[in-house]
Amino acid sequence: MDTTRRGFLASTVAAGGAAMTQNPVQAADEHAHDHQPLPSEPALRVKSLESLLVEKGLVDPAALDAVVDIYEHQVGPRNGARVVARAWVDPAYKARLLSDGRAALRELGYGGAQGEDTLVVENTPRVHNLVVCTLCSCYPWPLLGLPPAWYKSAPYRSRAVIDPRGVLHEFGLTLGDDVEVRVWDSTAELRYLVLPERPVGSEHLSEDALAALVTRDAMVGVAKVTLPQKGARL
Amino acid sequence: MNGVHDMGGEQGMGPIQYEKDEPVFHAPWEGRVYAINRMLGAWRKWNLDASRHGVELLAPADYFRMSYYERWLARLIEMSIKSGLVTRAEVESGKPAPGSSKATPPITAVNVEAAAMIRASARRPDAVTPRFKMGQQVRARNMNPVGHTRLPRYVRARSGTIERDHGVFLFPDTNARFLGEKPQHVYSVRFSARELWGNEARPQDSVYLDLFDDYLEPA
Repeated sequence: MDTTRRGFLASTVAAGGAAMTQNPVQAADEHAHDHQPLPSEPALRVKSLESLLVEKGLVDPAALDAVVDIYEHQVGPRNGARVVARAWVDPAYKARLLSDGRAALRELGYGGAQGEDTLVVENTPRVHNLVVCTLCSCYPWPLLGLPPAWYKSAPYRSRAVIDPRGVLHEFGLTLGDDVEVRVWDSTAELRYLVLPERPVGSEHLSEDALAALVTRDAMVGVAKVTLPQKGARL
Repeated sequence: MNGVHDMGGEQGMGPIQYEKDEPVFHAPWEGRVYAINRMLGAWRKWNLDASRHGVELLAPADYFRMSYYERWLARLIEMSIKSGLVTRAEVESGKPAPGSSKATPPITAVNVEAAAMIRASARRPDAVTPRFKMGQQVRARNMNPVGHTRLPRYVRARSGTIERDHGVFLFPDTNARFLGEKPQHVYSVRFSARELWGNEARPQDSVYLDLFDDYLEPA
């Protein structure tokens, strides 16, 4: 291992400005965000660029506000969770979803940018699916929103294809030799959503309660859907 | 191009940095960069493939030094200048050149909702004959184009199986260089983990890639 490169990458991560941790399990609040008293250099450059583009009539600042609002508040993993829950309670919908994802997603009103052609791949006790984009950051925006930093990062993109089991282990998921791992590298304009396994013991739950259990990570394939700890409220 | 962005199979990139309850944007400027990218795209001075190539053209050290949205910002500035939307002097001063005319944005607050959610699909209605069929053994070509390509290095010269024909899509390699759409079939190709990584990989594991007709040859 080239330690110089390690140091270089570590400083790269620090320069990124995001509060991140090494271990997802301990991720909670270990690292405080870096609060800087002065605006960061990219912030100043973006402000200057935006004001130029507005003055030239190339963008409408209200449209920019709306785009930010859409991706911060309207489009996100709750959409995908709704699809998953529907598939769990409605076998006919699930069959349509797996055979023609695009049409079945349209039934629930999902399509559009970075989701024009979405394929849904099903996890079972014998098959585990994992989604990656090794070349950039392709991700099913309409169903999951914009991707998290780790999905776009070099560690995930480089390793998901050569060592998917190691990657999953890092996320706390250890798969046995009786499981087949399928990695989906999003190299063209097809997008992928993992249909996770419905957790055992969830038979009594409503569609809405099921949707509340489904996480972004499970729909990328780096986690399973689990029931909340006993005593937790649904 | 054989760039650092093509990182499937690279090692030594360190552990995955997971952030719990991660915000969509880590700072307001990231959201602005994202939105400006989307809205400037509506001028149709470039396309998605050219835009992806814009990030690939960053110097390798810059690619790793920059955060994701810093890359988008750098790409946005270069493409806006190259396409003539703005000049470098305007970007540096933050002010329009004296006497320059004012345009009207194609997307405004009125139509942004629909515009943000719909984008021209890369799927094409052209009747193109597929060169391969389901179940066929194929080999990814050993090619090293200097421009944009969506054929990662880790599958070149490796053999796989056609699992599905996705239909006809425009070809990124030519579209990124504004050399035409060259519509062709895209297939889901399954490569066994052992074919890609050797005998230490599990025999049952595999990697699926969506590959264009021009990337493949009969095995």
